[in-house]
Amino acid sequence: MTLTSTSRRRLLGSAAVLTATLLAITGCSSSLNTGSDSTAAASKCGNVNLAMSDWVGYTADAAVYTYVAQTRLKCTVKQLPLAEQVGWQGLGDGTVDAIIENWGHDDLAKKYITEQKVAVDAGLTGNIGKIGWFVPPWLAKAHPDILDASNLNKYATNFKTPESGGLGQFLDGDPSFVTNDAALVTNLKLNYKVVYAGSEAALIQAFRTAEANKTWMIGYFYTPNWFLSEVALKSVKLPPYTDGCDAVAAAVACDYPTDKLNKIMSVKFEKANKPAADLLKNFHWTNDDQNEVAKDITANKMTPAAAAKKWVDANKSKVDAWLK
Amino acid sequence: MSVSEVVSKSVRTRQQRRRVPRWVTIVAIVIVVWLIGWRLFNNVLNLPLQTAQSTPFHLWLNDVNAWVGANRDSSPLFVYFFDTIRDVVGWTSTVFSHLLVQTDIGLQLPQIGWLGVVVLVTWLAWFLGNYKVAILTAIGFLMLGLLGLWTASMATLALTFAAVFFSLLIGIPVGIAAGLSRRVERVITPVLDFMQILPSFVYLAPLALLFSIGPASAVIATVIYAGPPVTRLTAHGIRTVPATIAEAADSLGIGRVQRVWTVLLPLARRSIVIGINQTVMAALAMVTIAALIAAPGLGQPVLQGLQSLNVGIAFVAGFAIVIMAIVLDRVTTAAGTRAEITARDTNPGHKRARRIGLIAGLVLTVIAVYLSRTVLWAAQFPTEVNFGGALSDAVNAFSNWVQQTFSFITIGLNHGFTVWILNPFQAMLTQSPFILVVLVILAIALLFGGVKAAAISAACLAVIIAVGLWEDSMVTLASTLIATIATMILGVVVGVAMGRSARIDRLIRPGLDAAQTMPSFVYLVPFLGLFGASRFTAIVAAVIYAAPVAIKIIADGVVSVSKETVEAAESSGTTPWQTIIKVQLPMSKSSLMLATNQGLIYVLAMVVIGGLVGAGALGYDVVAGFVQLSLFGKGLAAGIAIVMLGIMLDRITQAAGSRTARVPGSTTTPRSRKHDQRTKEGTHHDTDKYESAPVTG
Repeated sequence: MTLTSTSRRRLLGSAAVLTATLLAITGCSSSLNTGSDSTAAASKCGNVNLAMSDWVGYTADAAVYTYVAQTRLKCTVKQLPLAEQVGWQGLGDGTVDAIIENWGHDDLAKKYITEQKVAVDAGLTGNIGKIGWFVPPWLAKAHPDILDASNLNKYATNFKTPESGGLGQFLDGDPSFVTNDAALVTNLKLNYKVVYAGSEAALIQAFRTAEANKTWMIGYFYTPNWFLSEVALKSVKLPPYTDGCDAVAAAVACDYPTDKLNKIMSVKFEKANKPAADLLKNFHWTNDDQNEVAKDITANKMTPAAAAKKWVDANKSKVDAWLK
Repeated sequence: MSVSEVVSKSVRTRQQRRRVPRWVTIVAIVIVVWLIGWRLFNNVLNLPLQTAQSTPFHLWLNDVNAWVGANRDSSPLFVYFFDTIRDVVGWTSTVFSHLLVQTDIGLQLPQIGWLGVVVLVTWLAWFLGNYKVAILTAIGFLMLGLLGLWTASMATLALTFAAVFFSLLIGIPVGIAAGLSRRVERVITPVLDFMQILPSFVYLAPLALLFSIGPASAVIATVIYAGPPVTRLTAHGIRTVPATIAEAADSLGIGRVQRVWTVLLPLARRSIVIGINQTVMAALAMVTIAALIAAPGLGQPVLQGLQSLNVGIAFVAGFAIVIMAIVLDRVTTAAGTRAEITARDTNPGHKRARRIGLIAGLVLTVIAVYLSRTVLWAAQFPTEVNFGGALSDAVNAFSNWVQQTFSFITIGLNHGFTVWILNPFQAMLTQSPFILVVLVILAIALLFGGVKAAAISAACLAVIIAVGLWEDSMVTLASTLIATIATMILGVVVGVAMGRSARIDRLIRPGLDAAQTMPSFVYLVPFLGLFGASRFTAIVAAVIYAAPVAIKIIADGVVSVSKETVEAAESSGTTPWQTIIKVQLPMSKSSLMLATNQGLIYVLAMVVIGGLVGAGALGYDVVAGFVQLSLFGKGLAAGIAIVMLGIMLDRITQAAGSRTARVPGSTTTPRSRKHDQRTKEGTHHDTDKYESAPVTG
């Protein structure tokens, strides 16, 4: 049986080669890594696994934190692109160390901070967040009464699109963003259907086109957001927010709360990496600061790192205060 | 003779004596009844469910999720079972990632830097295959670095290797068992079918629940997706060893284990290597999608491009994935044919030259690996030479130009199609009473698939109703069916052209191969730019994704129509058009059915991923359930509904396919021949599914 013996010889050959290769790899340890170990040991800062949500405001916060942590503390920051709630889940099982811009999420805070005690609040970012319903400025000017949700049914047919099944179209962004819109539409008895644009970028593009072409459009948006300085969207009044009116997701019939955005980190991270955790706790800035960086990233097409460097260089005193 | 005459004549010849075939009459009656029922009972008993609503079943699943979260660290089920699996898989993928991507110490450079990797893989390609694929490998890997994606590419490669390792570890032994025992095969086949019908997108959430996010979950998801091909083809290889050889071995009195090891495995080698090839390709495609559960690698920039509407970023990453796919495909294919080539080559000089070359190469490899561990330039790919950014900018400029220039066409196309075709059909499915729709589906299943297919369909529909997502399922079904029809039209047109002309085949086939190596959600990005977030975008992406498979199957079917028949038809004076309609298409009917079957499964997978770009329905439920705690249960239920739709469509079309194959006069291609044909092309997605589809009667 020649076939068998050939294949066996080949098998032995492969085995020998693989062993040789492995020996070559493990035999001598890489001098590059070990040689530079001293520099790494000098700083006490280790790895930071930062969850990355995909709206630009978040990217701005994360870029500045990452830049400062890397350049001033010599930390190694790994950015993990994750949806908000998946990031929280990561805090629980140790794959994520920190979330740098958290929008409310009382249910998750209760689950992971109060009940499971795996995460802690790392303080406010200084940004005040507000989710709401918005229309392009031309529409607010042409029909001022549209700025009250109770008048929306009057205009429903104007917002009709092929995607909205005979109802008015209400445009949402990323499915993962905090939203009560589908419940609001049902509970306020509005003749609208929530349609998802898929991402923040798609939502912005839709608002931009609507303003430029004077087409009808209503959708979900939020402050702080750099885009509002390009197109000053007008917010639509919803029934006022009262404490606990949004407790049951499917029964919400009130406005969104004003969120004081905060940072969340895992308990493990707070203990294991003090320099990076302290920087996270001290990280604090204004809506204008964030919009400046966000605008550089989007409208001015800078990389997040370059935009962060520009802001840090211009705001040395603020950054120094974080590192006190 | 006019076209209509030709068609009616062809129908007559096929059905003999009957002017209008029975099935056409029945389908027409069913549709008329459906239309009347829809108009009479519009929005009655149509089981709607608002986007924000959940059923008690969904809420119960939420509770399961909460329980898992709360008990992950204490429940023995997790501590001893799931966590153990997670640790073993995680540890293995860490080994690969330390080797290729980065380590935890010092500068975090990988064990082998870029120079070492390039030379090592080139040498391996030569050793396992031939010098041609070695050159291809060297160029391909250098390109990955030049695109500025070296680290991301290595992360993808490391995950792929880890997943392939586990797929082979499980798949080959199971395949051997299934090859030796009919009983094992009967048990294993439905499981493998199920694993392959399942759109990959669906099981990410449950896996993240059990194994949490990160590389371990990504590897496990990939094994589920990539394991079946090697299992099937190992079983196939063992089974097709000629009985005489096996008996001869028995007569020598060797033991059972020895028989497998020394006789069956070597003879099944070729089939197993094809299986490995397909498993590698499937793993590569899945690792990209796993970016959704935080798997590192090339999937990340694709996802990022999707979210920021940046076609350029996604294109460059997609390009890198295609390069890697081509290299892996060609190397594994060359490795598969290597043994036969060496056996045929009797010139001892060639052998010696190759051996000397390989030894010299090995020395070079050791030097390169050593360098990549000691000097920085060989460890980190130089960032100065990087044309990824420029390429991305160029693609963005081009895509903006296309969008602005053609927006009037694309918007009109989108609206027209949605208003005139998609919306009415969807309304028929969603607004009719559910009982009526169920009856319509069952009638069609009975007509084309038979009693068994109808029974399975009934069970699937019952589950869909039970999980409370009837309306969303019907929306998804509407998009899926329309996309499949479009796929089949495209498939028949291009497939027939390829089947009739070897030149066109040569021209188009490489493009199809490349298209098949693209992971599914890379397709969404350009269409998102062109058509905006809508169901239409998902449908177009699905058609483009599914078309290559359908085209290839139909082309092969047309080619396999016997030459004599075609020549006889041509000599009797028929026009090429008549030959196609009357001879070639009817005679490749079983290929058409198989293409429909495969097209449906591919389309369904893509329509579901379309949930990411505003396609709504079940796909959206899955995405939302994945990212919003309060919708977790609904998302999981949507996953179940998708699986049910998949099984139902698969069973109906498969049953219909095997029925046509029994019709006398239709071509039945022996499975083994078809198999060889596939092998030469080195394609991956389709061959494994060929095995599941009963081509022969």
